[in-house]
Amino acid sequence: MAFAVEVENIGHCYGELRALAGVSFTVGDSEIFGLLGPNGGGKSTLFRILSTLMRPQEGTARVGGYDLLREPDLVRRCLGVVFQASSLDLKLTAEENLRHQGHLYGLRGRDLQQRIELMLGRVGLADRRHTACEKLSGGQKRRIEIAKGLLHNPRLLLLDEPTTGLDPLARREMWSYLTLLRERDGIAVLTTTHLLEEAEDCDRLGILHKGHLAALGTPAELKQEIEGEVLVMEADAPERLRQGIQERLHQPAQVIGHQVRIERAQAHEFVPALMDAFGPQIRSVTVARPTLEDVFLRRTGQRWSIEAMGEAPAATAAEARA
Amino acid sequence: MMEPAATATPAELAATPSAAVPARVNRPTGLWLPAATLWWRELVRFYRQKARVVGVIGSPIIFWLIIGAGFGTSFSTGAAAQGAAKQGYLAYFFPGTMVLIVLFTAIFTMMSVIEDRQEGFLQAVLVAPCPRTSIVLGKVLGGATLATLQGIVFLALAPTLCIHVGFLQFWAVFGVLGLVALALTGAGFIIAWRLDSSHAFHAIVNLFLIPAWLVSGALFPLAGASKWVRLVMLLNPLTYGTEALRQVLYGASALPLSTALGVTAGFDALMLAIALWMVRGERRAGV
Repeated sequence: MAFAVEVENIGHCYGELRALAGVSFTVGDSEIFGLLGPNGGGKSTLFRILSTLMRPQEGTARVGGYDLLREPDLVRRCLGVVFQASSLDLKLTAEENLRHQGHLYGLRGRDLQQRIELMLGRVGLADRRHTACEKLSGGQKRRIEIAKGLLHNPRLLLLDEPTTGLDPLARREMWSYLTLLRERDGIAVLTTTHLLEEAEDCDRLGILHKGHLAALGTPAELKQEIEGEVLVMEADAPERLRQGIQERLHQPAQVIGHQVRIERAQAHEFVPALMDAFGPQIRSVTVARPTLEDVFLRRTGQRWSIEAMGEAPAATAAEARA
Repeated sequence: MMEPAATATPAELAATPSAAVPARVNRPTGLWLPAATLWWRELVRFYRQKARVVGVIGSPIIFWLIIGAGFGTSFSTGAAAQGAAKQGYLAYFFPGTMVLIVLFTAIFTMMSVIEDRQEGFLQAVLVAPCPRTSIVLGKVLGGATLATLQGIVFLALAPTLCIHVGFLQFWAVFGVLGLVALALTGAGFIIAWRLDSSHAFHAIVNLFLIPAWLVSGALFPLAGASKWVRLVMLLNPLTYGTEALRQVLYGASALPLSTALGVTAGFDALMLAIALWMVRGERRAGV
């Protein structure tokens, strides 16, 4: 398989603050790769580097075989970029925005017109071509953004939190369109996300936490690391419960906040034993198949939900400034 | 909200033959196509925001009438009326007002650099494979074109002062305005490039560009100014633009036309060079 992206040992600091450290991974052609991580984990920094807006301080990457540092213009030709913030000129119509974009990529004349027709048709907005973008809905604007990013038929489509602000239906439509791009046109997709449900739909995932790649693999592979099922108990005195379980039932457990977690095969069969021994201490028990949330927890030692709320404000601020 | 009816279903999309996929782009974009498209956008965008058009032309006209009429009766002799003795101060102030219109338009259009950055439009331009030079040229030439056109519109008021502009003279005025516009738009671009708020932009503009206009010979002439003010005026590049304009309008000025044009052209070159240098350095600086 040819690689659309090869990231080699990229590192970056904002002053004292390390945003990325030794990040390496590859994305194959026709692959949807998700960069999952909480805010401040380094996703935005990596996105800015891969989109050629910023040079990494350490390491490099190749996009479509071209070096990010030495051949930025060749990299840019292979790249379609859809930013989180709208990049449309709202005073221009949908078609004018696409024509402008085409000119920036050196496209012109009949060839450009054909591409515009094709893209408008594909995103289902052919009838809105003469509408000023300020009059389009959020979902429609996002579709024009995608059309913009694909106009020059890039080898890699880079997306930054593409479904932010979209309703569930629009979100699903966006996702099925990305899948289609990969299957029909062989375009590789690299998308950042902080949504676990979205990450589940990627072919492969990289979990970025505190600037490090905490995990890399398909969602299924990552979840397989966790044997069997996950059992979570709510308790008032979680540490006492954990010790008790370890001593009396010889089952290793983990305390996270007010919860005690156990990973084991056939965990549901373990519930009666637990209740017999520690019933009064346990407020509730949940048994579930492992999710990416569990993978995140296992790899980083931190709970996803707390992190996702932005526990690293310093890093977030630095990324926002950048 | 998305209307599912308006969207092709994945099955329909999948049915689109892959032969319809256009080729990948493999050639350089060239310098002028991206520059032209950015230039065009600048013009379209400006004229679609009617309030801006009214603002940049309306307020200098009011300035001109109020200041011109007010000062005109206050001091009417000698150097103040240089080159247009008969029409008085209103006529003296006329070229200065044109420069003010150019200045206002330049400021307004270059504020869009900040808006583009805030809205995300600029990011999309910066990841396109076009040369950075195209971006500077498109943006600055777009603003300069608008500023020149707005200045020319004001020229329609010249006959009210019995100033009759001949055909060749019209193009001379057009050319000089263009040179002044390029310099001021370039300066606006340089100020706007690194700033992230329009408040900061206005603060800097009020600190540098407006005072530069005040001592450019627009309001009062070189000849009558005190020694220090005169020195400041001679060091101010905008003075040469105002005087070049006065020269082509009235055939008389405090400075020789060749000097005035030469310094203005030099100012243009300097502003463009600084703008280019800043845009090229951006990725290295990691801002």
